[in-house]
Amino acid sequence: MKTFVCIKRVPDTSEAEVKVDATGKDVDSSRFSFDINEADNYAVEEAILIKEAMGGTVQVVCIGPKDADVMIRMALAKGGDSAMRIEDPRINLIDPLKVAKVLAATLKDQECNLVLTGCMANDDGSMAVGVALAEELGVSHAAMVKKVEILDESKIKVHRELEGGLLEVVELALPAVLTIQTGINEPRYAPIRGIRQAQKKELKVLSLDDIGLAEDEVNEASSLIELDKFYIPEVVSTAEVIEGEPEEKGVIMAEKLVKGGLL
Amino acid sequence: MGDIFVLAEHRRGELREITLEMLSKAAEVAQQTGGNLVSVLIGSGIDSFAEQLTGYSDKVLYIDDPLFADFNAEKYQKVLAELLKQYKPDLFMIGQTVQGVDFAPALAVEMKMPYLTDLVDLAFADGKFKLVRQYYQGKVNADFTFKAEPPYMVTIREACFEIAEPSKKGAVEKIDSPLKEDIEYRRFIEYIEAEVGDVDITQSEILVAVGRGIREEKNMEMVLELANTIKADLCGTRAATDAGWLPHDRQVGTSGKAVKPKLYIAIGISGAFQHLAGMKASKTIVAINKDKDAPIFTVADYAIVDDLFKVLPKLTEKLKELVG
Repeated sequence: MKTFVCIKRVPDTSEAEVKVDATGKDVDSSRFSFDINEADNYAVEEAILIKEAMGGTVQVVCIGPKDADVMIRMALAKGGDSAMRIEDPRINLIDPLKVAKVLAATLKDQECNLVLTGCMANDDGSMAVGVALAEELGVSHAAMVKKVEILDESKIKVHRELEGGLLEVVELALPAVLTIQTGINEPRYAPIRGIRQAQKKELKVLSLDDIGLAEDEVNEASSLIELDKFYIPEVVSTAEVIEGEPEEKGVIMAEKLVKGGLL
Repeated sequence: MGDIFVLAEHRRGELREITLEMLSKAAEVAQQTGGNLVSVLIGSGIDSFAEQLTGYSDKVLYIDDPLFADFNAEKYQKVLAELLKQYKPDLFMIGQTVQGVDFAPALAVEMKMPYLTDLVDLAFADGKFKLVRQYYQGKVNADFTFKAEPPYMVTIREACFEIAEPSKKGAVEKIDSPLKEDIEYRRFIEYIEAEVGDVDITQSEILVAVGRGIREEKNMEMVLELANTIKADLCGTRAATDAGWLPHDRQVGTSGKAVKPKLYIAIGISGAFQHLAGMKASKTIVAINKDKDAPIFTVADYAIVDDLFKVLPKLTEKLKELVG
């Protein structure tokens, strides 16, 4: 199985304050810590599990800056064989269809059997790149995959996770693009030996010219959506805020719950 | 202006709520554009849905064909591409659901349509659609417009719009499926029900819920102590169940369960919209989170903005004294 896994570098904003930058069309990311997108991490693990079970290769693909190399090497340390990083300031990254076009141009001559990527990026939440990529490549696909079963060289069976935890079992022809849902496996930590080996593995850096895409196919002017502005939404909270020292707050809350008849 | 098309979503004999949420919002937008509102219903033997949709649409386009007995992304894409070419609506609305995300991006690529996902709001003003979506899990909003000519396609976030009372009397127009034969490269096999655990959290009166803020499994101990003190059941976010801190049947949210206990204590939960959709119907919500801007506070009745590891032990200690 020749598997490709597409990963994205995203900031961890779960507990960080987010501010819009001076352009009004981006956020100030200077204080963010970045890492591999959560669902993509599960996709990497699934690709490596498939390689371990069936043989073959895992190649990592990422559109991103040089800073993404740390995260790419980590995927190689876990069992990836080689990597390609596409970096080109002309790509309009805010449009998922342009991102899909770039990935498709990177993969089109690679004779891949399987392409995995996360079902959602935690920064933009578009959930569009994987399925758009399948269309660009002209191959089958399934989104939100929670289990992959390789039936033979031309067929796979996948479980898609629907709302409420219901699963939909679907059979697909290969090659295929799958968007991987979190929780499908338990992503491993990179072994020390793997981290050393990863430094020697191939990591190609490619531009639009290298993948044979014209600028006017993926730049901002070619995009059919236009970002007007970013802004911080008003958080309307009607909650009663418990004031005091941290330890006092627990006590006050306990009293409110009991005296208010909530317990 | 042209029409607004809304794709009706249904599964296993149920019209999903997103359908009426989209139609209710689309009715407002159609008033602004002056176009008609058209529901698109694809399935097999679902006349009752067609009937229900007439109350929300000026017209219901209904393809009733055994080819569509079960959802299949590839078949949907083929049929919808034909409908778009034939009817040329201004705007096509699809749910940002597990069904919608499985074909909408491919359809947009095939049709070379302007396409924006996961909208939380939209309107039509000054001759343009104004579109709002979010970034960084709800911490930033972004306004977009479309370039190029219609048709445009959008997907709509679940549980964002109220379902209005039915106020239209549209007609049902049955049309033949433009797709005549089954396809080979994708086949629906079966559904597998969600696993059932020892506790049904949809029936719990008191829930203690944990999220990523708990950080690691060993910290579940102090949460368990709180839960035991007040006889609560434990549940959590997708992150908490993915991490293995709780079994999957304890997950609250769109991909898990919808709960409505009397008391919901959210610990270290930032409040992704998928989670909020599953718990905001709780009667009283207490939220403990370090980040004052965490979306969980938009649904909370009591907000404790602080380090949960400092708050929780005292909360439990005092509760033991009062109710233990």
